[in-house]
Amino acid sequence: MELLASTTIRADAARVYGFWRDFTNLARVMAHLEKVTVSGERTSHWTASAPFGQSVEWDAEITEDVPNERIAWSSVGKTHVPNQGKVWFGAAPDGESTEVHVLIAYDLPAGAIGKAAAKYFGEEPNQQLDDDLRRFKQVMETGDIVRSDGAPYGKRAREEFPQRPAQPLSAEEREEVLAS
Amino acid sequence: MRAVCWTGRNSVELRDVPEPSILSGRDAIVRVTSTAICGSDLHLVDGYVPSMENGDVLGHEFMGEVVEVGPDIAPDTLKAGDRVVVPFPIACGGCASCAAGLFSCCENSNPNAAIAEKLYGHPIAGIFGYSHLAGGYAGGQAEYVRVPFADVGPLKIESDLTDEQVLFLTDILPTGYMGAEMCDIQSKDVVAVWGAGPVGQLAMDSARMLGAHEVIAIDREPYRLEMAAAAGHTTINFDEVDVRDRLMDLTAGRGPDKCIDAVGLEATHGATHLNAYDRAKQAVRLETDRPHALRQAIVACRSGGTVSVVGVYGGFIDKFPVGSWMNRSITLRTGQAHVHRYLEPLLRRIEAGDLDPTRIITHRLPLEEAVHGYEIFKEKQDGCEKVILKP
Repeated sequence: MELLASTTIRADAARVYGFWRDFTNLARVMAHLEKVTVSGERTSHWTASAPFGQSVEWDAEITEDVPNERIAWSSVGKTHVPNQGKVWFGAAPDGESTEVHVLIAYDLPAGAIGKAAAKYFGEEPNQQLDDDLRRFKQVMETGDIVRSDGAPYGKRAREEFPQRPAQPLSAEEREEVLAS
Repeated sequence: MRAVCWTGRNSVELRDVPEPSILSGRDAIVRVTSTAICGSDLHLVDGYVPSMENGDVLGHEFMGEVVEVGPDIAPDTLKAGDRVVVPFPIACGGCASCAAGLFSCCENSNPNAAIAEKLYGHPIAGIFGYSHLAGGYAGGQAEYVRVPFADVGPLKIESDLTDEQVLFLTDILPTGYMGAEMCDIQSKDVVAVWGAGPVGQLAMDSARMLGAHEVIAIDREPYRLEMAAAAGHTTINFDEVDVRDRLMDLTAGRGPDKCIDAVGLEATHGATHLNAYDRAKQAVRLETDRPHALRQAIVACRSGGTVSVVGVYGGFIDKFPVGSWMNRSITLRTGQAHVHRYLEPLLRRIEAGDLDPTRIITHRLPLEEAVHGYEIFKEKQDGCEKVILKP
């Protein structure tokens, strides 16, 4: 399964590239990523949430790295969901923004696990990557992921409707929301 | 705290809800000292804006005193004790739309942007108390409100102007002004304004301030037309005369040079059969908006003129007079007000006495009587033009 998404961010390529190149930042904006730890100059370890409260982990290696232009990576070794990704950056015509394109490919396994994984991505798998990039843009342009009273959950939001009413959070709800 | 909540179609209640708290470093909490009911709140109450939830706190016209700011706001920008008016669109200040002054099209302030994108093609900004399509933000018809991006939106009021003099900077004054500004008014221009509600009245005053030769108010409520006449504008009651005929009389057959639609999606029409057609389609959601004012404005406008739309539309219309628009070189301009860019210039206009927005206030009520305020505003009872609520 291949997902392709793009966005334009009002920041120079060096800043946008720099944020992405530190893969630990991706867990902040990507809904399914629980944690990324960097283990070496080109190696990292990724933990993602999976259906039924499970998580999947894999090691990744950077396969291409051109500062301010592009980064490509790939899972290495044995993993349930082999995957590859690349991101490339280009100057927007306004002279101050950066166009970002992301391609992520998952080799979904055959059988029950693959079906469950496909279901997890939903009927519109690209929507998740679109939302990930929207949060990436929010963090780059505003410093934080935007939250409202009706939609306070940041990257844990799953487009659920009806949402909670647009009225202030109780103290307990606030604690729960900010812990995520 | 007490707050005005939407509790279903045609249902508004005062409820006890939690007090807001800081959720992000650029938030502020404002203690509301004055708030108002907007005509666009009636679109929510009447059920024409989708994605409302039972318990949503209403209100996007409010001002008050800052009681707390988040850690990312510098004290010289905003601090506890500052008196502020707060724009109804929530804008981040950092995206390309904000940089271009298109604050009501902010690319980052709507956490439900993906949903808005499906309906509108591109997202819209978050708006206080204005449905989940516009972000799901709690509104300001309450004792306290959380203001995101408080280093961008709120305007400090440091003079001794009263709340009533500056409250309408939050929405209806910039909205009416932008309606006139989009007309690019020349000294020879006759400007016709559909709707003598609060936005219409302030659009009329703005059009005159920008140099219009004559301003014409179109409505059916005698008290609203009297209010416009008292401010020096010409009036047309569409229950009594044919609007197009009267406009042609007043302009010796040319038609108004510039037309402003300050009505939006719940227009009524003097011709009963036309009204019934759109009401029926709207009731079964074959069209979401009733566009009589917009249709009439396009057809009435002189060739080469401008139709400026600040009345709120939500979804889809039909019987759009595309032939009249296209063949007669009509310019159609619109937008939710980019309030942030008008705050300081319009504050100076109020200070200079060029505009007196207080002239439209007819009712001052405690917040606890908000339900009554909604009722008289909706039903146009007791000469209601604009309701101010005091928490």
